[in-house]
Formats: sequence, structure tokens, C-alpha cells
Amino acid sequence: MAKILMKGNEAIAEAAIRAGGKHYFCYPITPQTEVAEYLARRMPEVDGVFLQGESEIAVGNMVFGAAATGKRVFTSSSSPGISLMQESLSYIAGAQLPVVILNVMRGGPGLGGILPAQSDYFQAVKGGGHGDYRIICLAPSTIQEAVDLTIEAFYIADKYRNPVMIIADGMIGQMMEPVEFPDEINEPELPPKTWAATGAKGREPNIIKSLYLDPLRLEDNSIVLYKKYEEVKKNEVRFENYKVNKKNKVLIVSYGTMARICQTVIDELEAEDISVGLFRPISLFPYPEAALKEEADRANIKTVLTVEMSMGQMVEDVERVVKGAKPVKFFGRTGGIVPTPDEVKEQIKYLLRSESAKG
Amino acid sequence: MSQYEVTWAGFGGQGVMVAGQLLAYTGIAEGKQIVWIPSYGPEMRGGTAYCTVVVSDRRIGSPIIRFPQAAVVFNRPSFDKFTPTIKPGGLLVVNSSLIDVTTERDDLTEILVPANQMAMEAGSPKVVNIAMLGAFIGACEIVSLDNVKKTLEDKLGKKKDLLGINMKILQAGYDLAKNTIAGRATSES
Repeated sequence: MAKILMKGNEAIAEAAIRAGGKHYFCYPITPQTEVAEYLARRMPEVDGVFLQGESEIAVGNMVFGAAATGKRVFTSSSSPGISLMQESLSYIAGAQLPVVILNVMRGGPGLGGILPAQSDYFQAVKGGGHGDYRIICLAPSTIQEAVDLTIEAFYIADKYRNPVMIIADGMIGQMMEPVEFPDEINEPELPPKTWAATGAKGREPNIIKSLYLDPLRLEDNSIVLYKKYEEVKKNEVRFENYKVNKKNKVLIVSYGTMARICQTVIDELEAEDISVGLFRPISLFPYPEAALKEEADRANIKTVLTVEMSMGQMVEDVERVVKGAKPVKFFGRTGGIVPTPDEVKEQIKYLLRSESAKG
Repeated sequence: MSQYEVTWAGFGGQGVMVAGQLLAYTGIAEGKQIVWIPSYGPEMRGGTAYCTVVVSDRRIGSPIIRFPQAAVVFNRPSFDKFTPTIKPGGLLVVNSSLIDVTTERDDLTEILVPANQMAMEAGSPKVVNIAMLGAFIGACEIVSLDNVKKTLEDKLGKKKDLLGINMKILQAGYDLAKNTIAGRATSES
């Protein structure tokens, strides 16, 4: 198929349909309302369901209920709306249901603003709801990647019977880039959804719940989830290196929109004979721990710099992984301010100056 | 060219977003990398609406461009806001029907396009943006005029009467920019 120019929000919406996500529930919020706008028009064409709830809390529960039937279900929102869905996400994870959630992040906390941010990392990666659960979290940095990851997300959700979040930001949602959709989607075969609530005629009823009053049963459920997350950590790690080589003095760690800005930084510094590499986590959970540790441990790397559109969230994972082997520094802007390449360049030059002053 | 960035700015309804998209579609057809970013943020009614298009031979890193090589400005607030952001040696395309000043910067190529007047003469007030697009292409040739025409045919193919007006004014804008630059070269020599 030829490349077409599409807004991130619309491209993700189309990708979801291509992946068989034909049950969509939503409540509008900037900067992702185009997802709903697009699907309101598109769902009837594919015989799908488009339903706008009365609030994000309702939508979260609609997603829970629809996922229990075994259909491919998804929702999209932006930061404050995603906060309202956290209760449902905890229940959905506890009940082991596959759903896909898109968070087009905007500045917070609270109602915050409408411009791009990456300040929901903790919520997405460390669990915004209660209980021992994890959400598989994928962060695209281009619209093509957003399409590819969205298509994969439905498969991953089904495979592990777990929520998968595509975590983007307002920039990915609003900008247009050329994208290509696969003509057909070839997924490895999945086991039949024998757990789904599809009508119990002729069989024992399937009960989908997260309530276990017997503590041993509840612990068992948490152990099942734990084992599943260990599998996820083995199989679903995704990352990309950009210009990582033996000359790098600084290793940037950055994801999403911020990572592509850092690519410009690296290209421009290269022209000034300053060698910097980028490690870009694509899966935020599971975090690419081993790969990052390997790059950070290389003798040529003097400093690891985490760059985020937040006051410093992912940097805690970078510190956890690097384990003090190298100094881990942070640079970020937030509230809807996106750091410019120049700002990041200045930060790197400052780090290198203070490094050489130490001698 | 490795990378070229242009901001399109005006008020809502002047077709600035569409003009940027037509450039983006043409760039894709020419096999280039493209990013189109709208102005996105709180804005007053009657304020500036703008988008930036990045056309590149290589993978585009930062989609946020503070200092583009060119600005195409459709109204006075846009002229005031974006003229100072253009990189030295860059291009400024001005809708002189609505903007009665010219830049004081001497490091820019400035093309004055009486786009509203041209559109009225062509028979549709809706094609102001296409006159500006034509002039922009004429001044920088970042994509070819023929390919912009193909994009228009692709987008307007079914509306033959509209297509004719669009083609005519695209060419007129293009010629105006070419003549402006040629005229300056003659007067300087």
C-alpha cells in the first residue's frame, strides 16, 4: 500500500481497526479527540462499535465489560482521563482481560494543560491503580511506529490476557507524517478464548472477576500475574539504538517524541565533533534493562543523560539499571514545554565541560 | 537540500493548513521524508493559525522547528510573529493584499503576493492559499511545480471547475515569484 499522510491520532485509530479492534469506547479530551472523531465515522463502515460514554469512569467499565466477551476492545484518552480509568485498569488486570489503551499525554498534574508531556510515566509503568499488577507499555516516536505498535498491541494483549498501553504524547497525536498500513496482518496463532463470557449454554459458566476473599486464592491470582509478567519481561523487550558507538562520551536515554528531538541533537553535535549516542526504550514495561546496562557499562561512556518531557520520572529506572556504575544526569522540561535541540545540546556541553574540569 | 522547514501562518479560514498539507503530499510523492505539525495550543478566535512542514532527504528528528528557513504569512499578526523567526538568508512570502508593510530585515528574500486580489480575479476567494503556495514553490523550488499540480489533480480531480481555477492561480503565483526574483537580479546587475 502507498504511503499516505495522516495525523497520529487518526493513524492509530485506523491501525486499531486493521488489528481487529472493532469495539471502541471513549470520552473526548484534547489532544486525542481526533481518535474518537475518526472512529465515529469509520466504525460503522467496518460494522464495529463506537460508543461515547458519560465519563472516563464509565468508559473504563465499558471496556472491562466488553473485553470479558473476548472481543478486541480499546479506548483512548489523555492524562486526566487516563487517571479516571485507573480503577478499571486494576480490575481488568486482576481479571486478566486483554484491552488496548492509548494515552496521548498532556501536561499535568490535575487538569494541567493541553500541550505534549511525558509526565505519566510513573502512572503507566509503575501501576496507576491498586494491587500487584503491571501494564505492558509501548512508546512510539514516529507515527509509523505508532501504527506498527498499535497493531502489535492487540496481539500482545491477547497473548498475555493483559492491558497494553500505547503511550504517546500530544505531538505524536497532532502531527502528520507519511504512514503505510500492512495489506494484511499476519499474527501467530493465539489459543481460543475459552475464558470469555460468551453465553454458557452447554458448558460451565465462565466467571470473570478480581474479587477473591480467600487470601490464599488472592495470593494465587497475584502469583499467576507475577509469572506472566516474568514471561513478558523475557519476550516483549523493545528498544532502539541511534549512533551508539565506541566514540560516544555521553549516552542519552530518551523515549517517544523526546527521543527524536535527541536524534537531532546527536546529528548536530556530530558536526561539532562531539560524539553522543541514544538509547531509546520502546517498551517502558518491560524496561530494556539488560540492553541499557550493557550500553551504559561501556568504558567510553562517561555520563548517562536521561532527557524527558517531565520533571524526571524514567530517570529513576535508568538509575536503577545503571546501578551507580556511571553518573546518571537528568534534563527535562514539562507542563507542555518541549525541550529544543539547542537546550539539550547546551546541557550536554555543560556536562562535558564539568567532566573535563574534574579531569 | 538535506532539510527544509517552512511555516504557513494566517487566520482560520485562509487555508494555511491545507496549503501546508499540499506541500506535504507533494513531498511524499517525490519520495521525501515529511512532517506536518499544526499550531496546537490555546488560541483566540481571530488569532493566528499556523503549521510547519519539514521536507527532508533523511529521517526527521525534532519535529519542532523554532527557526524555519521560510515563512509564508497570510495576515499581519502572522507577519509580526513569524518574520523574526526565519533563519538568516531565508525566504518570506507575504500576502500583500492584507499586509501593508514589508520586512526591515535585509537578509531575507521577500516575495510580495497580492493573493486576495489574485484570487478574486481568478474567480474564487477560496484560492488565496494556492496563490501563496505557487509563489512559495516559485521562490524555493523545494518540490517541483508539476508535482504540486499532480497533487491538486489528485485532491480535486472530481471537481473540474475548481481544479481549473486552482491550476491557474498556482501558476500565477509561481510566475510572480519567478518574475520578482528575475527582476531583482536584473536591477542589481
